[in-house]
Amino acid sequence: MTRPSLTLRREWVHGWLLLTPALVLLFAFTHLPAVTTIWDSFFSTPRGRREAKFVGLRNYETLLADDTFWQVLSNSLWYAAVTIPVSVGLALLMALWVDGRLSGRGFVRLAYFAPTVLPLIAVANIWMFFYTPGFGLIDQIRGAFGLPEVNWLGNPDLALGSVMVVAIWKEAGFFMIFYLAALQSIPPQLREAAAIEGASRWTFFRRVTFPLLMPTTLFVSVNAVINSFRMVDHVFVMTEGGPDNASSLLLFYIYETAFKYWDTAYASTLTVVLLVLLSALALGQFFLLDKRVHYR
Amino acid sequence: MSRTALDRWLNTTGAWALALLWFLPLIFAVWTAVHPGEFATRFAPLAPLTGENFVNAWNAAPFARYFLNSFLLVTFILIGQFVLCTLAAYAFARFTFPGSGVLFALVLLQLLVMPDILIVENYATMRMLGLIDTIAAIGLPYIASGFGIFLLRQTFKTVPKELDEAARVEGAGPLTVLWRVYIPLAKPTYLAYGLVSVSHHWNNFLWPLIVTNSVETRPVTVGLSVFASVDQGIDWSIINAATLMTSGPLLIAFMLFQRQFVQSFMRAGIR
Repeated sequence: MTRPSLTLRREWVHGWLLLTPALVLLFAFTHLPAVTTIWDSFFSTPRGRREAKFVGLRNYETLLADDTFWQVLSNSLWYAAVTIPVSVGLALLMALWVDGRLSGRGFVRLAYFAPTVLPLIAVANIWMFFYTPGFGLIDQIRGAFGLPEVNWLGNPDLALGSVMVVAIWKEAGFFMIFYLAALQSIPPQLREAAAIEGASRWTFFRRVTFPLLMPTTLFVSVNAVINSFRMVDHVFVMTEGGPDNASSLLLFYIYETAFKYWDTAYASTLTVVLLVLLSALALGQFFLLDKRVHYR
Repeated sequence: MSRTALDRWLNTTGAWALALLWFLPLIFAVWTAVHPGEFATRFAPLAPLTGENFVNAWNAAPFARYFLNSFLLVTFILIGQFVLCTLAAYAFARFTFPGSGVLFALVLLQLLVMPDILIVENYATMRMLGLIDTIAAIGLPYIASGFGIFLLRQTFKTVPKELDEAARVEGAGPLTVLWRVYIPLAKPTYLAYGLVSVSHHWNNFLWPLIVTNSVETRPVTVGLSVFASVDQGIDWSIINAATLMTSGPLLIAFMLFQRQFVQSFMRAGIR
């Protein structure tokens, strides 16, 4: 290759200069911490004057023997396995309803979308009230049918499910928007052509709409995976991970380990697990679904 | 009833049933907030209305300060994001330089590995910088937003090259071209991204909870959680009033700009 001309080299410098401020912050608060997290997971937690020292895989041995970790990991996986498909499925249903002919469409769309703009921490307070044993709305309705009181958030078997309901309620309307955008970009001629062919609505959905929505489904579900591990605000308000860690999620456990027990090395080790899990799920999903995506 | 009519009736009923179910928590919160405490769990249609819960909540905690903090926080983040993401997006969209591909991949990586997850290390960094318990510390990790850079890059790429060249022929430098040509044409993207960013950071909780510990820096979300857990016990009317208050600005903005809001989320979603 010949030496780049002067103007070309000036363009390089301009490009780099424009990028510098953003890249400095990006490296400082995303890439560097991601690397130091892995590094720190091989050291002990510095306490007082005792400095952190290299301990090899000991933190990981602790991790494997930590019952709470396994419980929290299984909670997180259950949480993802339930909330992702349900909220994405509901989002699609909502989008199809709101996209079609429907009386009072404006209100319906508002109702679906409203939870999205509210702080999760605030809506968790409202849901707390729903779940209050005896007085809460759910128990009042059950009471009207003569059913007994239930301690939704205090029962280890029900706490995680109760937390999941809030996440689904909050997320579905958000994902609906993306489906709605995709639905509105489908050419109406397709529907007319299908109607002439005599295809039923269900056939049309299965053969035309759904395949055309695959890129959106991919996008939405990758987002849903990330959100399911990232959004833990409601756990703080509703259960604080209890009872007995029954509703604790991975990021919440990381928070507790780092900022309640101040065991930062172990918290780093847990963060590594979260990073690996997230990357594996997002990439796996991408390759799995990508094959079935029909790009236009 | 014909089959299509039945079909439509079922769909309408289903859509409305779900909508009511989705709206129920909000209706419920409004009900308890505007009625005296004894009607919190009793649904008498003629229960007297009151604004007292809001007054009590407002007086029970320094909400005015929390609102100011949240306002400063989202403004700081928004301005920072606009400036930094615009410059970076411009570089990726219209400049050829070695390393641009790798650097862009690193930017996109942030969509997966968000600062929200790296709380332990980012806290250590903030302590090293002496920024613990400042509004800057809450905002800094989010300013170089991978999402913002990507969104603006896509928009800038749609700007016709001829416009860019015409301006350059007239002697405009790269920054002048950016200011005169690219930014004005990207206004809808800025609006969309701005709405998404403001609502996201107004609602953010975990990171502000970790790096703040005083009234002077806490945003409303953290203020609300402190208020609801420590001060109030179980006075639901007041807690619900406070809850509505903190969500109020966003909810009102949402009602007023519903169409723009939905459209901007759509636009922001087409990555």
